[in-house]
Amino acid sequence: MGVEPVYLQSELQGKKLVLSAQGDWVSAHANEIEPQVENILNQRQQAERVEIDASAVKRIDTIGAWLIERLKRNWEKGGTKAAITGLDPRYKVLLDEVAASNREPPKTRKRETPIADTLAYIGQSAAESWVDLKALVQFLGHVMVAAGRVLMRPWTFRFTSVVNQLDRVGFRAVPIIVLIMFLIGAILAQQGIFHFRRFGAETYVVDMVGILVLREVGVLIVSIMIAGRSGSAYTAELGSMKMREEIDALRVMGFDPVEVLILPRLVALIIAMPLLTFIGSMAGLFGGGLVTWLYGGMPPEVFIERLRDAISRSTFEVGMIKAPFMAFVIGLIACVEGLRVAGSAESLGEHTTASVVKAIFLVIVLDGLFAIFFAGIDM
Amino acid sequence: MATAQENVISVRNLRVGFGDRDVLKDLNLDLKRGEILGFVGASGSGKSVLARTILGLLPKRAGTIEVFGRDVDKMSEEERQAVERRWGVLFQGGALFSSLTVRQNIQFPLRENLHLSQRLMDEIALAKLEMVGLEADVGERLPSELSGGMVKRAALARSLALDPEIVFLDEPTSGLDPISAGDFDDLIKALQQTLGLTVFMVTHDLDSLHTVCDRVAALSGGKVIAVGPIDSLLESKDPWLLAYFHGKRAHSRFGKKK
Repeated sequence: MGVEPVYLQSELQGKKLVLSAQGDWVSAHANEIEPQVENILNQRQQAERVEIDASAVKRIDTIGAWLIERLKRNWEKGGTKAAITGLDPRYKVLLDEVAASNREPPKTRKRETPIADTLAYIGQSAAESWVDLKALVQFLGHVMVAAGRVLMRPWTFRFTSVVNQLDRVGFRAVPIIVLIMFLIGAILAQQGIFHFRRFGAETYVVDMVGILVLREVGVLIVSIMIAGRSGSAYTAELGSMKMREEIDALRVMGFDPVEVLILPRLVALIIAMPLLTFIGSMAGLFGGGLVTWLYGGMPPEVFIERLRDAISRSTFEVGMIKAPFMAFVIGLIACVEGLRVAGSAESLGEHTTASVVKAIFLVIVLDGLFAIFFAGIDM
Repeated sequence: MATAQENVISVRNLRVGFGDRDVLKDLNLDLKRGEILGFVGASGSGKSVLARTILGLLPKRAGTIEVFGRDVDKMSEEERQAVERRWGVLFQGGALFSSLTVRQNIQFPLRENLHLSQRLMDEIALAKLEMVGLEADVGERLPSELSGGMVKRAALARSLALDPEIVFLDEPTSGLDPISAGDFDDLIKALQQTLGLTVFMVTHDLDSLHTVCDRVAALSGGKVIAVGPIDSLLESKDPWLLAYFHGKRAHSRFGKKK
């Protein structure tokens, strides 16, 4: 071993160039055969005739046959006659088959320079964000029409489907929401106590936790969790239904996919979100209270007393009002992205990612707009 | 060609099941080198289950499977991989990787198993494409842009990428029009002759059974109830075979021959 076996040798016999091939011309040795073939081709030996003697070839498969064909074609291209001799007749069919292929040079894709590629990519993304927006608005209209139609004929509303979705996006999300919000409340309180202690203002921790959890953090964290948990599930479900033509099937049966699939999902999310926000906020307050008691040494009665002073009903309402809007945005994005999935698994992944990222982004933007709005109306 | 009687696959007393139900019970079957074996059975009788069990995708409950004369249970991981390189599979739905182009799909096994130059891989992929009767520019398309028949052909090209000795075809002609199905049959026959393939073909296509299969095995009640050339199965008195080959749909084809 060690020395690479010789697969191809060339010998000039007068005006005839004889190439003798030997050994196993199979795919397993292709990485050794190809350089030897190329080596011979690079010598550019001139001859009147070329004979490829394959009598010593033991086995041959498609790759081997192709390499022999490549040799042959190289000389034929220059107008020299080339012939294959001595090959085991049982391989003749294979060689003929290979000889018939690759006659046309494949069309290669034009490659752009990296700068042009980058510019094209930026341009494309910009154009796509316009398409995105249009799709969203169009879809919003579609949903509104479907909702209007259902309102006119309430008996067509898919109540069972809503309950099913409620169970999935609402009920089953409770444990994780409670856990996360409990931790967030606890962390807020701990950080507050730690830093406020320096000013002797520990008692204001209760104000901070109360207002933050009820007004901002509660609904925001729940929205982000739901976008990641349920929004992605919506996109993946609808996307794979799209891929398997299930959505087309609904359409040809005379159902509106928006009415059957999307409306119940949106409604479920809009119902579930305020409930989850409420439960989450309570868990956050509980976490905050627990930490102010165990870490800050403030008894629970005092915490509740202070909380009553610190927050008003409007603090709570601000948080709760935002929840259904967040739900609507998350659901809308998730469904739009789901319906835009095209044939491949990659596209499904792409749109699921896009669904979560866009939903979280829009939720935060919306929260900012709400902050301006509530400040404007003094709430 | 089919005179060599070496068994490339032999299945003995195979039992496969799901839950408390056995789909295959004491199944015996041999696949001989160089033959095209058609495998028939009612829908849900376990044809695909057998193929998937041989391929190692489903666990078996009892029995032995020998591939190239070696018991699959006694193989090491490397031996198993070596065997897997010697067979190609055409799944019912094609199972082309949807994020790769057809050319990349065909090159995938080449790239992973051999060390070839990109140029050689491109050339081989094109040659395979043309062997299965597809145009060169199909190679640059994604599977979602292909028609059903093209998907089957592209998937066949991929299963043939490594020049396998055995090819498993799961209902290769289902969903194809009669002309395409006929072409596909011819293609399989031609490839069997050029590449010396052994073919295990699960099919319901009576034409395929008649024109390309050297032997046919019939599965019923979890067992192979008959195996042999199609004519011997046609003469069988087994009620299931009678119904299968002499039913309403079969009569137009085979009825006249009697």
